[in-house]
Amino acid sequence: MRFRVGLLLGLFATVIAVGTAFAAENSDVNGNFVRLTGAGATFPAPLYSKWFKDYHALHHNVQVDYQSIGSGSGIKNFLNKTVDFGASDAAMTPEEIAKVDVGAQLLPMTAGSIVLSYNFKGVPELKLSREAYSGIFLGKIKKWNDPMITKANPGVKLPDSPIHVVVRADGSGTSFVFTKHLSAISPEWAKNPGFGTMPNWPVGTRSKGNEGVTASITTTPGAIGYLEYGYAKGQNLPMVELENKAGKFIKPTNESAQAALAAVELPENLIAWLPDPQGERSYPIVTYTWLLCYKQYSDPKKAEALKSVIEYGLTVGQKSSEQLGYVPLPQNVVSKVRAALNNIQAK
Amino acid sequence: MSANIPDQTGGPRESISRQPTFIEKHSNTVFGWATYLFAWLTVLLVLYIVCVIGIQAAPAIRDYGWGFITGTTWDVNAHQYGVLPEIWGTMYSSLLALVIGALFGVAVAIFLSEHFLSSFVFSVGKLFGVQFHPLWAKLPDNFERILKNLIELLAAIPSVVYGLWGIFFVIPLIRPVCDWLNSNLGWIPIFNTTLSGPGMLPASIVLAIMILPTVSAISLNALLAVPPKLREASYGLGATQWETILAILVPTASKGIFGAIILAFGRALGETMALAMLVGNANVISWSLFSPANTLAALLANNFPEAGPKEVGVLMFAALILLGITLFVNMVGAFILQKASEPQEGVR
Repeated sequence: MRFRVGLLLGLFATVIAVGTAFAAENSDVNGNFVRLTGAGATFPAPLYSKWFKDYHALHHNVQVDYQSIGSGSGIKNFLNKTVDFGASDAAMTPEEIAKVDVGAQLLPMTAGSIVLSYNFKGVPELKLSREAYSGIFLGKIKKWNDPMITKANPGVKLPDSPIHVVVRADGSGTSFVFTKHLSAISPEWAKNPGFGTMPNWPVGTRSKGNEGVTASITTTPGAIGYLEYGYAKGQNLPMVELENKAGKFIKPTNESAQAALAAVELPENLIAWLPDPQGERSYPIVTYTWLLCYKQYSDPKKAEALKSVIEYGLTVGQKSSEQLGYVPLPQNVVSKVRAALNNIQAK
Repeated sequence: MSANIPDQTGGPRESISRQPTFIEKHSNTVFGWATYLFAWLTVLLVLYIVCVIGIQAAPAIRDYGWGFITGTTWDVNAHQYGVLPEIWGTMYSSLLALVIGALFGVAVAIFLSEHFLSSFVFSVGKLFGVQFHPLWAKLPDNFERILKNLIELLAAIPSVVYGLWGIFFVIPLIRPVCDWLNSNLGWIPIFNTTLSGPGMLPASIVLAIMILPTVSAISLNALLAVPPKLREASYGLGATQWETILAILVPTASKGIFGAIILAFGRALGETMALAMLVGNANVISWSLFSPANTLAALLANNFPEAGPKEVGVLMFAALILLGITLFVNMVGAFILQKASEPQEGVR
């Protein structure tokens, strides 16, 4: 009993000592402690979280909290000024940008490709032509042995079984990018259902989130669905080789995605869409994802910290993007974004 | 004794009776008013919620009106909104879940209230001639208690866990059965599509499990509240246990069982996360159990995060409809309950 009391007292003393030590350290940095809050796209969230955590490890006085609540909500919060920065896969429309009285600066931070994944035992590689995959998502191609599919896959035995299309149920930037691409390659798709964060899909079961789509594909034989490359890679799902604008079947890889990015020149406002990139080696469905920053911040410390965090993401951060399944920005894009950082200023 | 207690007031203590203090005098009134206030606050809160949803839904109600309830497409791009598939899916999935959940829930309640376990343990003990051994005298009771707690624990599992479990366990489990039913009995409307993963049946099965604790817990209480003399009288008249349960106990407890089912139905209508993950979220009206469908709650959960300002109004309209359905179901339930319980009064 005596021993226990002693032990408890000892523990207690240690806790107090450690606590005061921490408090002392905190009060040290408290003078220039900056907390940034951001919210938005779920697609780059794993990458952003890693950046912000690594940055905090290097600079104790800056903490960035990022909530991945979806691009639409990110834009909403950004417009309502409840966050210090937003993030969106669908950029912002000119009308939305016009609503920001202090000005909005959009910065592409990373890029990603969207892949089609499928569930078939014994089919390690599948090629789909543009007519085939737009037809599948339009609901016109219903069986796996449709001539449209078999034509591009000589030697692959495809069964006479129904195609189970899996799409996103929740509004998402992934759907936006995918349907924008479909609208670019298929006039029929452009007419109906068109593109959007939640288009009116003609066919398919709808699952919630990338993880829901992944689950549906992996548990349903004969399923096909679209996902972010990082998710598919992380889960080791088979990915379809898609036909690009030049008529080549391209595997989703970092190189093919970067080739697609290189094919598009970024305009002044840094908002570029690649609904159907040129180039022999370009993977067809690639997109940038943006950070939404205000052009003026009332707190100079916040502006400084934010710029420093972004600078970190543009340099060191690009190295971790490849590991996590994102596409590192080409060098000319990085320098353009860095130049645009000067537009962010303190009032 | 009293000398040991220091007198608080300092004055001499003459009598143990005294004037009630101010607090004591008024605490009754204050307490009364407080309960009154809190009761009304709850009611006001509900009204406030309905008001806020109603105000936000007003533009959508003006724009779409009845067409919203009878429409079958939900197309944000074309500004076409209709929730008939969602209303259908909400009712269909809830009713299916209720049929499965009520069946199992009431069965569990009967099993636990009839102490079937003790007679089982008794007869097993009798085989070995040790039926009166004190070692297992408490065994059935303990086991029943564990069983009861386990079932109530089902209510504590988060909805999202049910959803994941449904995706990774229930769907692969029922797939062979569904495929067989579809290929052999596909001419029956409820089997006429193939199961493509998430759909009505897996959603209803998981929903049934989610409402099971509600059904079984309240039904059990209702069954336990049946006066023992009824059971004894029934046995005395020569009825078997089976006849006693179905003809005497369940009808007598029907009011409570029915209440349990109505409560469970209310929960099934509003269940969101598990359904959003399992129902397939496709705007389809189909009798087929294997077809993907959609529910109002899932629609709201899926669409709110990315909804534009105009869509929010439409979603609020959908929320109002869900509220209306829940209210309607509860009112009809209360009405039937009242009607159904009237002839039973004499039995008690």
